[in-house]
Amino acid sequence: MSKRRDWPLWEVFIRSRRGLSHQHVGSLHAPDAAMALRNARDVYTRRSEGVSIWVVPAAAIVASSPDEKDAFFDPAADKAYRHPTFYDVPAEVQHL
Amino acid sequence: MDEFQTLVDADERIEPRDAMPEAYRRTLIRQIAQHAHSEIIGMQPEGNWISRAPSLRRKAILMAKVQDEAGHGLYLYGAAETLGVDRAELLDLLHEGKQRYSSIFNYPTLTWADMGAIGWLVDGAAIVNQVPICRCSYGPYARAMVRICKEESFHQRQGFEILHTLSRGTAAQHAMAQDAVDRWWWPSLMMFGPPDDQSPNSAQSMAWRIKRFSNDDLRQKFVDMTVPQAEVLGLTLPDPQIRWNAERGHHDFGDIDWSEFFAVLNGNGPCNAVRLERRRRAHEEGAWVREAATAYADKHRRVSSTAGAA
Amino acid sequence: MSVATLPDLATYALRLGDDSLVLSQRLGGWITNAPELEEDVALANIALDLLGQARTLLSYAGEVEGAGRDEDDLAYLRDERDFRNVALAELPNSNFAVTMARQLCFSTWQLALHQRLTSSADETLAGVAGKAVKEVSYHRDHATQWVLRLGDGTDESHRRMQSGLERVWPYVAELFTTDELEQRLASDGVAVDVSALRPEWDAHVDSVLQEATLTRPEGGPMLPAGGRRGIHTESFGFLLAEMQHLHRSHPGATW
Repeated sequence: MSKRRDWPLWEVFIRSRRGLSHQHVGSLHAPDAAMALRNARDVYTRRSEGVSIWVVPAAAIVASSPDEKDAFFDPAADKAYRHPTFYDVPAEVQHL
Repeated sequence: MDEFQTLVDADERIEPRDAMPEAYRRTLIRQIAQHAHSEIIGMQPEGNWISRAPSLRRKAILMAKVQDEAGHGLYLYGAAETLGVDRAELLDLLHEGKQRYSSIFNYPTLTWADMGAIGWLVDGAAIVNQVPICRCSYGPYARAMVRICKEESFHQRQGFEILHTLSRGTAAQHAMAQDAVDRWWWPSLMMFGPPDDQSPNSAQSMAWRIKRFSNDDLRQKFVDMTVPQAEVLGLTLPDPQIRWNAERGHHDFGDIDWSEFFAVLNGNGPCNAVRLERRRRAHEEGAWVREAATAYADKHRRVSSTAGAA
Repeated sequence: MSVATLPDLATYALRLGDDSLVLSQRLGGWITNAPELEEDVALANIALDLLGQARTLLSYAGEVEGAGRDEDDLAYLRDERDFRNVALAELPNSNFAVTMARQLCFSTWQLALHQRLTSSADETLAGVAGKAVKEVSYHRDHATQWVLRLGDGTDESHRRMQSGLERVWPYVAELFTTDELEQRLASDGVAVDVSALRPEWDAHVDSVLQEATLTRPEGGPMLPAGGRRGIHTESFGFLLAEMQHLHRSHPGATW
């Protein structure tokens, strides 16, 4: 198994319609980028699910680590003043 | 690991890079791989009839359905790969007979009506099994199942439609439909796995929220769902003991022959060898194609990076 | 009714419909047998596109004929000599290289044909062609990608791809052989004169072969190449026997 080289893994992102961003839908294997794009079309848009496709080598994705979760995400939790609901506004005020 | 169980208990999803008990990871890999293998091997019994479908409409539907199964296998292998295994390794394990697929696919498809019975009963049972997995604790598996369940909604319906048409067709067609239901009914009930008191791993899977209902509960649900549908079809289920039990609020049904289940599981079903052999052959005969594409990618990556540097 | 007495337009629709039907039947054989799972899905997509084309064209042939035959009557109840597909479409899948050679040759031709057919004076044919152009562009691209990879892949794949081309090449000439019926319809602006498609076909195929480091085969046309006249290869009878037996075993049944 060590000698064999299998087709690499690609992550697939699809824009389901104009106006929306691409969303991760799954993965597939392909020998190269051109085939990955075609395979993504065949595997993930059989029911008209997309108008645009991105494929990215899975190995090229840099992900945050769960170990860093507290340092990365918790400090944002106490900044309630970033959200509009933090502020008291008299009920009669419109368009604010 | 406390955090893991806290998340699970709170009905949150576990995601690929989260800490998880090794046994949870192994159980998931085994279950997702088995599920993926079932989709891939499950293409064969129906694939048998693509070339012989009795109308062009049926041919198109069947081809699309078998193709969906390939797609579903791909989604599931993808989910398994998030746990740190390669699809190629999983396929090797399948080809070497070291991982299982659903035993139902070791039964032969002998007539066209089997396409109806598979859609109605086998896919029907699969859907009952799969819907709860859409809420499974492991995120990638749950997401793959959501996609699969959405796409599969047509699979059961087309099976029902095939049987409905046959049942109301000529006498020969009706007999063909009845024969298929007679052959597929009991194996479909076995798809839910051994009875709860003989299913040692179920409790742990339920605590991990990989599994949400017991084998027997799901089986009962399937029977209750299917009995009235059989009446609409004008076909009988091959179990004289099926009757409504008002006290339980469920249908009673006869005893399943578990010796058959275990015999098929252990390799003695009518098609175990044929299915695996065909799968292996496709893989082996495709090796030179896969290698060629890899070699081409290597050459052209080298060419383009040279060009980029220049 | 024999195909020989059909109106020109019905025969023409039947020819194109049979091409798509028979090739779809062949490609369906790859499902569960492809070199990789992604390819099972890709080949099934192509087969489904072709089957869709066939259903529309056969239905139309039946409609023009006006004898009450529908797509299934035409697909399942004609005998070998009444099928009008080009022989290339019926060639057995053999291995992946032969299938890709067949796909490249056929889809390059089919694309050129349908691109012209979009301006047919016959609205139905023009409509079919409009849809088919999009489908077949993808089929041609799929075949092109694979011929490049197999031709310029490993030594083994190069050898197999070259021999796949040699295998299908004798059946290419028929694609460009026109006849009186086609000429009559072409002069009314209904049909496409296939003899005019060759330069465009050569341009695409030659550029693919060159990039794929493959050699264009020299072999001349197979004689008599006559799928359009109902003279098929030996393998075709088996294809029909398999495709038609169930339907024929239950005359008049509904499925």
